[in-house]
Amino acid sequence: MAYLELNNVCKTYDTDVDNTEVLSNINLSIEEGEFVAIVGFTGSGKTTLVNLINGLLKPTSGEVLFKGVPVQGTSHERGVVFQNYSLLPWLSVGQNVLMAVKEAFPNRGKAVWKRKAAHYIDMVGLTPAINKLPKELSGGMRQRVAVARALSMKPDMIIMDEPLGALDALTRGTLQDQILNIWGKDKRTALLITNDVDEGIYMADRIIPLRPGPNATLGPEFKIEIERPRDKTALNDNPTFKKIRNEIIEYLMDIGDERKSVSLTEYILPDVSPKHYVA
Amino acid sequence: MGQDITLKEKSQRTSILKPVISKITTVFKQEKMFESLKKLGITVLSITLFIGLWHLGSKALYNKEANFTIAKALEDQGQAAADAVQACIASGDSSCQPNTLPSPSQVWTSLLALIDDYYIIKQDKIDDAIENAPLNAEIRQFNIDNAAQIAAGDIEARQEIEYTGRSSFLDIVVTSIKTVFAGFLLALFIAVPIGIIIGLSPSLRNAFNWFIQIFKPVSPVVWYLLVFMIVKTLYIGNSSDNSFVISFISVGLCAMWATLVNTAMGVASVDQDYINVAKVLKLGTFQKIFKVILPSSLPLIFTGLRITLSVAWMVLIAIELLAQSKGLGLFVWEEFNNGANDSNAKILVAMFVIGIIGFLLDRLMLTVQNAVSFNKVEGV
Ligand SMILES: Nc1ncnc2c1ncn2[C@@H]1O[C@H](COP(=O)(O)OP(=O)(O)O)[C@@H](O)[C@H]1O
Ligand SMILES: [Mg+2]
Repeated sequence: MAYLELNNVCKTYDTDVDNTEVLSNINLSIEEGEFVAIVGFTGSGKTTLVNLINGLLKPTSGEVLFKGVPVQGTSHERGVVFQNYSLLPWLSVGQNVLMAVKEAFPNRGKAVWKRKAAHYIDMVGLTPAINKLPKELSGGMRQRVAVARALSMKPDMIIMDEPLGALDALTRGTLQDQILNIWGKDKRTALLITNDVDEGIYMADRIIPLRPGPNATLGPEFKIEIERPRDKTALNDNPTFKKIRNEIIEYLMDIGDERKSVSLTEYILPDVSPKHYVA
Repeated sequence: MGQDITLKEKSQRTSILKPVISKITTVFKQEKMFESLKKLGITVLSITLFIGLWHLGSKALYNKEANFTIAKALEDQGQAAADAVQACIASGDSSCQPNTLPSPSQVWTSLLALIDDYYIIKQDKIDDAIENAPLNAEIRQFNIDNAAQIAAGDIEARQEIEYTGRSSFLDIVVTSIKTVFAGFLLALFIAVPIGIIIGLSPSLRNAFNWFIQIFKPVSPVVWYLLVFMIVKTLYIGNSSDNSFVISFISVGLCAMWATLVNTAMGVASVDQDYINVAKVLKLGTFQKIFKVILPSSLPLIFTGLRITLSVAWMVLIAIELLAQSKGLGLFVWEEFNNGANDSNAKILVAMFVIGIIGFLLDRLMLTVQNAVSFNKVEGV
């Protein structure tokens, strides 16, 4: 039995006027300790998928199983790093993390909470900024706080929704390594959502493209059998890396072409006449 | 050793930078000073312009009324009467002065007169207290001696003699401020909790909507009448003065709607991201409200409170006038009816005092708002 399992999951938002299905027939299984990346275009339904897994959304049909049990609402076992940081702006870095620690370990007492919060903030290298408010931080620093907050709850699985999407290339590279470091230490199960194929290949054991929505569904998976720790500069000349990279990009481009042709054929005007036509 | 070198390097760098930095800061400071001087200059200029226009306007109105009075005397009673009226106006005699918009200097004189009056009344109060001291001591002694019977209800406690003369302008202003504060607190304690509850529940929001829409535009006069009807009945058998109670409740009820609506809106429109955080952290209901929803809606709640305070201060005059509460409202009304020579000028003094206190109250709220909420607001 897989650690996380999605069986024929479909999702339609109720608020949609035309009720288009955002996700169709998603099947996914992740083993314990695995690092899986899902890559897809913006708007293809990646965040929707994340929210189905972390329990903020319920699937319209199909089931999401975590450790064999259907997901019902959120849980401290699944930590989330949101796409837009979602730090509480009126709390300092330390307070943001402390709040999570308190909830995850309710009976431990102030001293333990403080120590734990300080530990995770130190882990992402933000000890000097512990008393700053989120608005006083750069994008990369905010993202690190979000990572620290998610990790501080000691989740069994960590779900990251485009955690590095808004960062510049340099910061991005450093943070990728930081996340890999932390993951390497206790090999928690990780799901990374990204729009950057290179990032997915560099970080994950397995990468799966998400076909763009509506009716988004997962494409064929690509196993990345490159030994860790991976060397970023050497990776560019690695034949496996090149091959997988080209395959995924080709696949995603193909979908793009397909989508274009679909949209071309879809808009054939129906034969309509006015209902109450008065001459 | 390596540490030493880096330390040295650092201090050297700062010493090179120091003059540059200090130069930058002085330039910056000068610029800032120039900015604030300019602001001050423009403010002074606009005040001067305002007073100038006011002076010219009141002079024109004065002349118009004077000419009319003289022309009327001429028409009704002939040349001699007209000359007499003209002489009377020119002499500055108070019996025949045109009753119109007072000039800035008249208002200033009235302000000084009110201040003088304050000292006179203060002296009166002291004299009064000295005069009544022996009697009051006797009354106190009586109350102490008969404490047991008073507690048992056999004898009524005697009231000490208090000052019952005129109130000074300062007393009047203080009464008004007290009324507004009490009304504001009432609004705060009613509107914020209800606003939070309504904001949390869309169905309650729909259910309460008609209520808010109907009561929000009700005029201060009607609020006063409603409160009067209720309080008067509740006070039956109680001879004490209820005008203060009636006026602060009316002020509070009239002014609370902005806070109610803003609180509900703030609570209802908390960023979905924050709600998601609360869910992922699995905060309890209580924690969710106090740690996430309230902090995030504080800016809007305070916007509401600031509007409430200014509305409270604005409707105060009408309500105090109706309730006969000894505040600025009654002062303005009595001066208007009084018709003394400087009545109009006193009304304008009251107007400026009301405006300035309102402005200061708003600044006070703004300071509190910026101290407690996470995003700063510039005052307008
Ligand atoms: N709360 C919502 N209600 C209705 N439609 C939504 C909602 N959230 C997302 N969608 C729609 O679902 C699709 C996928 O969105 P999302 O999952 O955010 O994509 P991604 O994260 O890949 O950029 C988009 O077309 C978006 O408009
Ligand atoms: Mg997204």
